[in-house]
Amino acid sequence: MSLAQETPTTPARGRALRNGRWSAFTHLVVVRMKELKREPEVVFWVFGFPLLLALGLGIAFRNKPANVTSIAVVDGPGSRYVLSLLERSPQKSSIRAEVLDKSAALKGFRLGKYDLVVEPDSKGGFQYLYDPARPESVLSRAEVDDALQVSAGRTDPLPTSAIVSDEPGSRYIDFLIPGLIGMNLMNSGMWSIGFALVDMRQRKLLKRFVATPMRRSDFLLALASGRLVLMVIEVGLLLGFGALVFHIRVPGSLLSILLLSAIGAVGFAGLGLLTASRAQKIESVSGLINLIMMPMWIFSGVFFSYERFPAAIHPFIKALPLTALNDALRATILEGASLTSQAGRLLVLLLWGGISFALALRWFRWT
Amino acid sequence: MPSAIQCRDLRKTYDGKVEAVRGLSLEIQGGECFGLLGPNGAGKTTTIEILEGLLEPTAGEVTILGHTWHKNSREVREWLGISLQETRLSEKLTVRETIELFASFYREPRSAEEVLDDLQLGEKADSMVGKLSGGQRQRLAVATALVGNPRILFLDEPTTGLDPQSRRQLWDIIRSFQRAGGTVLLTTHYMDEAERLCDRLAIVDHGQVIAEGSPSDLIERLGGHHVVEFQTSGDSTDGAAHDRWRVLPGVESVRNDDGLVSLTVREPHLTIPALLDAVGQNGSQLLHLTTRQASLEDVFVNLTGRHLREQ
Repeated sequence: MSLAQETPTTPARGRALRNGRWSAFTHLVVVRMKELKREPEVVFWVFGFPLLLALGLGIAFRNKPANVTSIAVVDGPGSRYVLSLLERSPQKSSIRAEVLDKSAALKGFRLGKYDLVVEPDSKGGFQYLYDPARPESVLSRAEVDDALQVSAGRTDPLPTSAIVSDEPGSRYIDFLIPGLIGMNLMNSGMWSIGFALVDMRQRKLLKRFVATPMRRSDFLLALASGRLVLMVIEVGLLLGFGALVFHIRVPGSLLSILLLSAIGAVGFAGLGLLTASRAQKIESVSGLINLIMMPMWIFSGVFFSYERFPAAIHPFIKALPLTALNDALRATILEGASLTSQAGRLLVLLLWGGISFALALRWFRWT
Repeated sequence: MPSAIQCRDLRKTYDGKVEAVRGLSLEIQGGECFGLLGPNGAGKTTTIEILEGLLEPTAGEVTILGHTWHKNSREVREWLGISLQETRLSEKLTVRETIELFASFYREPRSAEEVLDDLQLGEKADSMVGKLSGGQRQRLAVATALVGNPRILFLDEPTTGLDPQSRRQLWDIIRSFQRAGGTVLLTTHYMDEAERLCDRLAIVDHGQVIAEGSPSDLIERLGGHHVVEFQTSGDSTDGAAHDRWRVLPGVESVRNDDGLVSLTVREPHLTIPALLDAVGQNGSQLLHLTTRQASLEDVFVNLTGRHLREQ
C-alpha cells in the first residue's frame, strides 16, 4: 500500500476555483433535496401518508348510494300491517324493515344494526323505540313515522318537494382535502425544519458548518427554499388526487392556492425553527413538536368543522395558525375566494411565522 | 509578518464555576506544526474551539494572522480549515457530494477531485458517507477542512480511535500540508503522535500550559534522555531508598510507581553498574531491569505525577 508521503498536498492557490455569491446556497438546497430523496420513510410520511389518509377517509365517508335506514319490527299481530304500510309509502326505497322477536330486535338495536324498533301495540297503533343521542335514530323515527302516517291516509296541508344534493363541493371529501393539505403543510414544516435542525445540532454538523465561511442566512434560506419546493409537490399531489379520484372541482385559481400554501409552509417553517432553536436532543424536540401540533389537529378543523366546539372558544381556535390556513384554503380551493378576501387569515399566519422567526433568530444555538 | 495564531491569557469559565481554561497563552508561527498535548479534560478542546472562533472566551485575546474574531470573522474563516473532534457528516450523501458542499462555502476552494486524490478517497468518491470505515470518515473530515485551501489547519484529536495504519495515513496528510507551507494546530493525547508530528508543543494540564517547546527540548529538560526502570526484592521505594538511588552517578530524577522505580539518567553506562553495586550492598536482589529512551510521557509524568492516559 503506497502511503501519501510522496503525494504532496500542493497549495493550489494559483489554480483555485472561484465560487459565486450563491454557490453555497444552491449546494445546500440541492444537498437537502438529495438527502430527502434518499430517505424512503420521509418520502412516505410527506407524500404517501396524506394520500392514503385522503383515500381511506374519502371511502369511509362517501355518500351512501341512497340513505337507507334499517329498522326492526317486533313480531306480533300488527307486524304484517306495518310492512304493508311501508310498502305503499313513498319512502319505501329508503327503509329496510325486518320482522324479529322482541329480544332479537332490542339486541340488534343496541348493537347499532337497527336505527329504530317499531312495536305494534294492542290498540292498533305503534310504539317507536329510538335513541335521541343517535342522529340516525332520530332521523329514522321521523322518516318511518312519516311513511306510516302517509300510507295510512294522512294528507299534508302544504305541498312540498325536495331536491337531493350530491354535487361536488358540499361532500365530506371536499371538506377534507383542503384540511389535509393544511395539516400536511404543518406536519412537514414542523418536522422537516425542527427535526432536521436538532439532528444536525446533535451531530455537531451545525457547528461544523459555522466553522466555515458559510453565511448563516444562506443556510436558513436554503432550508426555507427546500420547504417551498416540497410544498408545491405536496399540494399538487393532494389536489390532483382529489380531482382525479373524488372528482373535486377546484374553482379557485392555482396561483392563489400556491401562494397561500407558500405562506402557510413558510409560517410553519418559522414555528419549526423556533421549536428547534435550543433543543440539544431529538427526543426533546419530538415531544415539543407533538405538543404544539396536537391542539391544532383537534381544533383547527382538519377532519371536522370547529363549529362543533362551543362558540365561546371560537376566537381562540381562529387565532391558531392551522385554523387560519385551513379556512383560507377551503375558501380559495372550494369557493374560489381571492387572496385579498382572506387578508385577516393571512395576517394571522404571517404573524405566527414572523414572530416565531424573529424569536428563533435571537435564541438559535448553532453549537 | 504576524504570527499565524496568537492568544494571550485565555480564560473560559462554564456556568460561572467550571474553569476549563485558566490563563493560557500561545504563539504559533506560520509553517509550524504545533501540538496541544494533554490528558482528557485538560482543556484542549475548549482552547482550540476558542482559537477557531466557535467559543467566546470569558477573558483573553485571540488573533489569527493578525486579525481578531470580532472583526472580519468571515474573512478569517476563508483562511482556516477545521476538523472538530466529533462531527457526524450526513450519511445519505456521497463522499464527493460532501466535499463539494464544503467547497461551495469558500470563495476560492480547491477542486474536489484533487482533494479526493490527495486523501486517497478517490475509490470511495461515490460511496455513501454512512458506509465508510472509521479511518475513511476521519480522512473525509480532514478533506472537508482542506478543500477550502486553508492557510491554517485545526485538528482536534484527529487520530483518536483509529487503527495504526489509518493514523499513519493521516500523519502523512498533515505532513504534506505542512510541507506545502501550511500551519497546523492539533490536539492529541497520544505522545507518540505529538513527538513525531509536532515542531513544537505545549503540554496542557488543568487549563494551563505547564511546559512548552520542541519535543526534544522538553525531553532534554528532564535532564536525561534515558529511563532506567527496575524492581528489587524487599522495599525499594521508601524514603531512604529514594535517597540511595538519587545519589547514584548520572541520575537526574527518581520516581516510583507501585514498587517500580524509574530513574531518569544522562549516562546509563555509568548508572547501571553503580545501581547493581548498590542493590548488592543492600542485600536485596534485582527482580526486573529495563532501560529505554525518555519520551514525552516521562516529561508529563515528571511534571504532574500522573500518566497521560490516567483520568
